Amino acid sequence: MTEPGSDETRYDVRLTVNGAVHDLAVPARRLLSDALRHDLGLTGTHVGCEHGVCGACTVLLDGRPVRSCLIFAVSAPGCEITTVEGLARPDGSLGPVQQAFKECHGLQCGFCTPGFLTTVTAGLADNPSPTVEEAREMVGGNLCRCTGYQNIVAAVLRAAELT
Amino acid sequence: MKPAPFEFARPASLAEALEVLAANPDAKVLAGGQSLVPLLSMRLASPRMVVDINGISELAYVRSDDDGVHVGALARHADVESDADACRTQPLLCIALRQVAHQTVRNRGTTVGSIVHADAAAEMPAVLSLLGGRVTAVSSSGSRDVAAADLYVGPMESALRHDEIAVEAFFPAIAEQSGVAFDEVSRRRGDYALCGVAALVQLSGAQVVSVRAGYLAVCEVPTVVDLTAGVPDGSLAGRNLDDAADLALAALDPVTDIHATAAYRRQLVRALTRRVVAAAHQHGLARAGEGAR
Repeated sequence: MTEPGSDETRYDVRLTVNGAVHDLAVPARRLLSDALRHDLGLTGTHVGCEHGVCGACTVLLDGRPVRSCLIFAVSAPGCEITTVEGLARPDGSLGPVQQAFKECHGLQCGFCTPGFLTTVTAGLADNPSPTVEEAREMVGGNLCRCTGYQNIVAAVLRAAELT
Repeated sequence: MKPAPFEFARPASLAEALEVLAANPDAKVLAGGQSLVPLLSMRLASPRMVVDINGISELAYVRSDDDGVHVGALARHADVESDADACRTQPLLCIALRQVAHQTVRNRGTTVGSIVHADAAAEMPAVLSLLGGRVTAVSSSGSRDVAAADLYVGPMESALRHDEIAVEAFFPAIAEQSGVAFDEVSRRRGDYALCGVAALVQLSGAQVVSVRAGYLAVCEVPTVVDLTAGVPDGSLAGRNLDDAADLALAALDPVTDIHATAAYRRQLVRALTRRVVAAAHQHGLARAGEGAR
C-alpha cells in the first residue's frame, strides 16, 4: 500500500498470523485490520464501522477475540493472531464453526461473518456447551444486518455439537 | 477513517516510558486503546506522539489483599472480571465490569485506562468514586495517589498531568455488613448507558446506617450522592426508597443529549435508584446471613 505522504516514519513490527511470521515496516497509525488486509493480503478480516462497534473485524489475539480496528499493528508484536483464514482445517475444509454457519444458514451477505466466526470460535473454547441465552450473549457484540440473528444463534448451538 | 500520523514509542520499562512522556508534552499514553483508538480514528484527538505501554508487562497484574483490589495499568477488564479473589474482595467491581461494553472489548480494554479516560458514561469511574478508591500516578519526578473524589475535574478530563502515567487503581474491599449492587439502562446490551447506578448500603444488624449511590451517564462527571437521609428510621421499607430517589434527583442535574432527554434521565435515576439500592440492601442482608452461619 503506497502512503500518501511517503516521508511518514515506518516502524518495524513482527506479526505472527495463523502461525506464519511476517516482518513489516508500517506507519504507527496502521490499524491491525489494515495491516492484515493491505500489507498481508488476508482480506478475510472485514472492516465495517472502524470504531469498534460492529465486530466485523474481530480476530483472535492470543486466543481472545479483539477488534482489529482498535489495535495498531505496531502494538501487536509477539502476539499470536488468528484470522478467519486460520479457522479452516489443515486440509482446507471448513472448521466446525464455519461448517455450522453453512448448515444453519447463519449468513446471508456474509460481510459480518468473519467476525462472528472468530468470536464464536473463542466463545466455544470458553464455554463448549452454551445455552441459547449464552449463545446470544456470545455474539452480542457483533452486528448482522441481514439475518435477524436467529440462524446465527442456531449456528452457535450447532457448532457446539460439532466442536 | 484513519488516525492522523503520529510518532510512536513502545518503551520496555516504566522508567523509559516516563522519560519519553516528560520529553514530549503532546504525547498520549496507549494501553488497551478501546476508547483512545476510536478518538484517534475519528480525529477527535491527534497527539504528536503515542506512547504504547503494552510492552511493560510488570503493569499487568490484579492483586487483592484485606484492604482491597489493586489493578495494574495493563490488567484488561477481562482479567479483573475473571479474578476470583478480586470479585470476592470487592464484588461491585466485577458486577459492574460485566456491563462494560462487550466481552471482545473487555479482552483488550484496561480498567485503569477506563478510569483515567474519565468518561462520565463509563462504569469504572463511577464505581471507583462510589467506593472512595484512588489512582496511583507516577512521573519522572515522583509518585502520588489521587483520590477518586479529586480525579474527575470535568467531562473527559482527569486531574493527571501530561507527564504522568496512572500505574494502578485501588478499589477498597467490601466492608462487613454491607451490600453492593449495580444496574444500568442502555439502548442495546453493551452500549453506553443512558443512566447507570452503583449502590453501597451499610448495615448494622437489621438497621440501614448508610446508603450511597454513584451515578454514571447522568451528569458531566461521575457523581456520588449520599442517600442516608432518605432512611431516617434505618429501614428501606415503605416510602423510604422513594425518598432516597428524591434525594438523588435533588442532588443531580441530568443532561440532555442525543441519546436521552434530561426528563427521561430523571425517570431512569428514580427507577434505577430504587432498584439498585434495594438490591444492595438485599446483598448486605444475604452477606450478613452467610457471616452468621
